[in-house]
Amino acid sequence: MASRSSQINYAMGAAIVAALVVVLTFGMAAVVWAEAGSFWPTATDWAAVRFTLLQAVLSAGLSCLLAVPVARALARRYFVGRGILITLMGAPFLLPVIVAVLGLVIVFGRAGIVSDVMALFGLPPLSIYGLHGVLLAHVFFNLPLVTRMLLMGWQAIPSERFRLSASLGMTEGAVYRHLELPMLRSVLPGAAAVVFTICLTSFVVALTLGGGPGATTVELAIYKALRFDYEPARAAALSLLQFAMGAGEVALGWAVLGSTGFGVGLGRKVEMRPPRGWRFWVDILVIFIAASFLLLPLSAIVLRGIAGLADLPLGMIVALVRSFAVALTSTVLTVVAALLLALAVARKAKGAKLFDAVATLPLAVSGLVLGTGLFLTVQPYVRPEALALPVTVLVNALLSLPYVYSLLLPEARALHVDYDRLARSLALVGVARLRWVTLPRLARPLGFGAGLAASLSMGDLGVITLFAGESGTTLPLYVHRLMGAYRMEAAAGAALVLVVFSFALFVLFDGMGRRVAT
Amino acid sequence: MGWDAVLQLDRLVLTEPGFRLFADFIVPQGAKVAIIGPSGAGKSTLLNAIAGFVVPTEGRVLWQGVDLAPLDPGSLPVTILFQDQNLFPHLTVAQNLALGLSSRLRPSVQDVQRIDWALTRTGLAGLGDRRPSELSGGQVGRAALARALLRARPILLLDEPFAALGPALKAEMLALVAEVADETGATVLMVTHDPKDAQGFAALTVLVADGLAQPPVDTALLFANPPKALADYLG
Repeated sequence: MASRSSQINYAMGAAIVAALVVVLTFGMAAVVWAEAGSFWPTATDWAAVRFTLLQAVLSAGLSCLLAVPVARALARRYFVGRGILITLMGAPFLLPVIVAVLGLVIVFGRAGIVSDVMALFGLPPLSIYGLHGVLLAHVFFNLPLVTRMLLMGWQAIPSERFRLSASLGMTEGAVYRHLELPMLRSVLPGAAAVVFTICLTSFVVALTLGGGPGATTVELAIYKALRFDYEPARAAALSLLQFAMGAGEVALGWAVLGSTGFGVGLGRKVEMRPPRGWRFWVDILVIFIAASFLLLPLSAIVLRGIAGLADLPLGMIVALVRSFAVALTSTVLTVVAALLLALAVARKAKGAKLFDAVATLPLAVSGLVLGTGLFLTVQPYVRPEALALPVTVLVNALLSLPYVYSLLLPEARALHVDYDRLARSLALVGVARLRWVTLPRLARPLGFGAGLAASLSMGDLGVITLFAGESGTTLPLYVHRLMGAYRMEAAAGAALVLVVFSFALFVLFDGMGRRVAT
Repeated sequence: MGWDAVLQLDRLVLTEPGFRLFADFIVPQGAKVAIIGPSGAGKSTLLNAIAGFVVPTEGRVLWQGVDLAPLDPGSLPVTILFQDQNLFPHLTVAQNLALGLSSRLRPSVQDVQRIDWALTRTGLAGLGDRRPSELSGGQVGRAALARALLRARPILLLDEPFAALGPALKAEMLALVAEVADETGATVLMVTHDPKDAQGFAALTVLVADGLAQPPVDTALLFANPPKALADYLG
């Protein structure tokens, strides 16, 4: 009964992972519940809730609204560098938030490039701080994401329908109404929900570009309550609020996201007739503005960063090593946990439905909520600073779990459907099956998922801000502190190092996966 | 021929939602048996039950008088060739064959010699280092058959593994299966939709229709006087 015993092992492994996830999410929610001073939020707390929801709604709306013309122009225009531009649109997702913020400050800040240009025309400099700064950063991150989702939507429209509409002599407006609008109705709600979820837990953007009573998210309020005001009870109450918002959004997302199922690659050609005349120039302008918006901050980081490399303090190396260690350890934990859950679910092991639900549970919590719970749990026994790195590893591993799991699950299911009977008939079970079939066949999503987890963990600036003392900083926190000290050249240098290593980790893991898979 | 030398389906009942199949017959050792019947009648389910992938609701599958139920599919005296996905695409042909000998994939010198022999025997000499994607459809079928040859199990189950091949290539593959079966003395059960395959390959035929897998009868006689279920199927 070898195969049955190996299935039980996966189920047991998945059960242990699921128990840990439940303890960390609901457990920390229970801790903050128990520690919460007053369940009724203060006026300041309500303001944070209102701002959090307002910026998340506006960010989602703006990102979706602006992504439609960009994706449409990219769908129907072919030009040199189009592929590179679409690939680069995946970069903001991997870009450490603190780096992107620094790039936006260099371009749109008071002493930034745009303000310099405006000064030439006698106009006052821009201010990037406040709601509009937060929105600018969120659109910078999410416009490319939504554009890619929409582009996949356009590519998923069967080319026969475009040919049919051409043969029927349909106008551009009719094609839009009958082919493109239904696709947008199908994709946009899911895209908006994704952006809303990301912005709901916005911390670094609010920390750097928000602040003050009018531009504080709940996450930022938790941080302030714990680090500056030292009001653990209030931090706990705010964490409960954040958890309630996250859980509500995840529940809503499950209902809405069911409609997004475009699984085609971005390389397929859209058979849409590109209109001529003024529309051609509008498309070109839209692509130019979107590319500039994306590339200017990235280029600014590279150019300023190179100049700032000489100015880098030695402490940066230590912070880099810490970040590396955190990223690699949390990646191993995430990948092992996601693999156990995905294999158990794909093989329909006992408890598979529960494992599937638990794997997406971390979406309901944020780093700050988990951090607050862990802070309150460990604080009576040990100095939180002493646990800064292990806690960061644990939280990063947990937060990456839903992404890596969702990458692995479809492939694990396909593997089970296609080769389970063959493997069993050849008595290929246990470690041999893992070594010769499972890992090689899942190498591609494993590599991509590991790259994603490592890159996100490397650039994370969340829970570490609650735990780290003067020492024990990671590289993103180091960049943040350099920015706080207005050492912008050094900050840009450290940011460049951070982004290079984040991307390098992604490329390394993704490349390994691809190499094994081919 | 004694009871210990047969494959016996002993009052076997297979059920799925909206589906029930009953089978109660014996297959003599070394026989070549076609399983024919309309789509959805349960031909593949019957084969999967013998291969250990489907658990019977009632009854037993016996080989040489031993109930096979407690055995894992990999421990059964059975080799099965599926409709597709018979080879792991990320492994070479030789590695796919080596899996038939040991799951450790570290073949001994003797194993390598046996793999080379099986490749040569199935007309694949020199192709051991290729991936399945680098083979033609016929060559993929030969590789799967080469592994079956190496495993040398007394029961060979064919779940339409050559259905996607053209008529000439399919006939060639079936001739190769017959040769291999004759060499190893294997009992072969082959699911097919095509009466010509049954008539060309199998001395006995099991008709599966209306929830019943009928005992094997002489193929030539069956097609000469087809019962109503078969006549309806043949049209």
